[in-house]
Amino acid sequence: MCAWRVGSMSAAGLTAKDATAEPDIGETRRLRARRRDRIISIASPIGLVLAWEAAAQLHFIDTRFFPAPSAIFAVLFRMAASGELSENVLISLQRLALGFLLGGIPALVIGIVMGISRPLRALVDPLISATYPIPKSSILPLILLIFGLGEASKIVMVAIGVFYPIAINATAGVLQISPVYLDVGKSFKASRWDTFRTIALPGALPFIMTGVKLGAGLALILIAVAEMVGAKSGIGFMIWSAWETFAVAKMYVGLFVIAIIGFVLSLLLNELERWVIRWKAEA
Amino acid sequence: MESGSLTADPTTRPARATKISIRHLVKRFGPLRAIDDVSLDIAEGSFFMIVGPSGCGKTTLLRILGGLESVTSGEVEIAKPARGRPQYSMVFQGESIFPWMTVWDNAAYGLRMRRAPKQEIQDSVSTWLERTGLSKYAHLYPHQLSGGMRQRVSIARAFANNPEVLLMDEPFSALDEQNKTILQQELLRIWEGDKKTVVFITHSVDEAVTLGDKIMVMTASPGRMKTIIDVPLDRPRNVLELRTDPRYGEIVYSIWGQLKDEVERARR
Repeated sequence: MCAWRVGSMSAAGLTAKDATAEPDIGETRRLRARRRDRIISIASPIGLVLAWEAAAQLHFIDTRFFPAPSAIFAVLFRMAASGELSENVLISLQRLALGFLLGGIPALVIGIVMGISRPLRALVDPLISATYPIPKSSILPLILLIFGLGEASKIVMVAIGVFYPIAINATAGVLQISPVYLDVGKSFKASRWDTFRTIALPGALPFIMTGVKLGAGLALILIAVAEMVGAKSGIGFMIWSAWETFAVAKMYVGLFVIAIIGFVLSLLLNELERWVIRWKAEA
Repeated sequence: MESGSLTADPTTRPARATKISIRHLVKRFGPLRAIDDVSLDIAEGSFFMIVGPSGCGKTTLLRILGGLESVTSGEVEIAKPARGRPQYSMVFQGESIFPWMTVWDNAAYGLRMRRAPKQEIQDSVSTWLERTGLSKYAHLYPHQLSGGMRQRVSIARAFANNPEVLLMDEPFSALDEQNKTILQQELLRIWEGDKKTVVFITHSVDEAVTLGDKIMVMTASPGRMKTIIDVPLDRPRNVLELRTDPRYGEIVYSIWGQLKDEVERARR
């Protein structure tokens, strides 16, 4: 049974390979270029770490301010073993996720509806334009005042950061949809909900994904800032308390972890984007 | 069908009942008169062509029939469809299939929007993808298809919806000559199958004569009805052989005679 399956699978693999190898060289070249790009994008941060380690070992840099990555990793492993790290990372990730949902979903709906409805756009657009330039971090004291020092204020900060880029991009995304698609919807008697679901949302998705990626970057900044000021947990708190006790390596652990989160997040979002807009011709 | 027209049974309409009736239609865009007092009847099952110089309001007329544009005054009436069938479907000019849906989902769009039963969607879409030669490409996205194939998807989408009237707005104008000829032939072949009422807009006199039963010639802006010409060519037609028929040339020539003044007037 097992042998038979292996045999049939390799046969299927062979025929599939033949089919893709034959048609054109441009295709395989593009695939190869894409794989190369991915390898480079993974290799570049590793290269940076190696160069840093070398510089620290050779005392090209002051290790009081720039401890060697190996020293930082030692602290990282200790923190990971004690559970201190995962506790703080998980609480930050939870705040990020909740904030993303709290800000992202209304942003998506409001942004798309603004794109569809001219009156609503006239109503909401000035509000967004007026509040958008306010640096989100400067709202933090107000948010702390309103939502207190607990979880809510952190989540709200992330939500505010995520809201703007997603809403603005969703509106722009709907507005760039060719009017002929809306005519098609109308002529096939699509309801409002159907128009939203089958035309506005998928048509705006490439723009929305750009908004989501921008929002993810902002969210990371804001969660770190929010946790530094009014929190007893999270990565931001970890970095801030390390500064207060002059535990420099620990501070770097915090920076390293937040960088990894950002990096993984952007990898995941890029994959999500690739999947979500698989219908688009490759540029 | 012949005997059916003699009985009073309301479900079987007489063979050539009026399907679309337009009375004193006027459409203004601000100060511009796009359509000026057009009245006409289109018989059920006929292939009705509208030709005119660009900017004569022919697309506007079709968009009014398709409910995409309001009328300024006058009346437009399309006969009520049978139960479970939509009144009309439209084939648009240029790129109009959704790039984010597969060929299958595009073809199923109209049926899904009117909440047709699952089985009907399945049957109708597979039938029409088959007839338009797209079965093999059902799971592909539009960007993976050629321009001619994309336009066939657009036709499949309209036909699969099983409407009583098809409204076609220069569906082949963006295609190259070979593709256009092939698709014209395919359209005729498909149409011979179930003889829906078709209203077809074109700026091409050749296309009008090749496809149509009747041709309405429109004047340059404001759009008025100049004349209606019958095309007594036999069906089923072969798009290429048709061109060797002396009657074909005569009709093309006479329509050009009608159009020439209008084209010149539009240029002035």
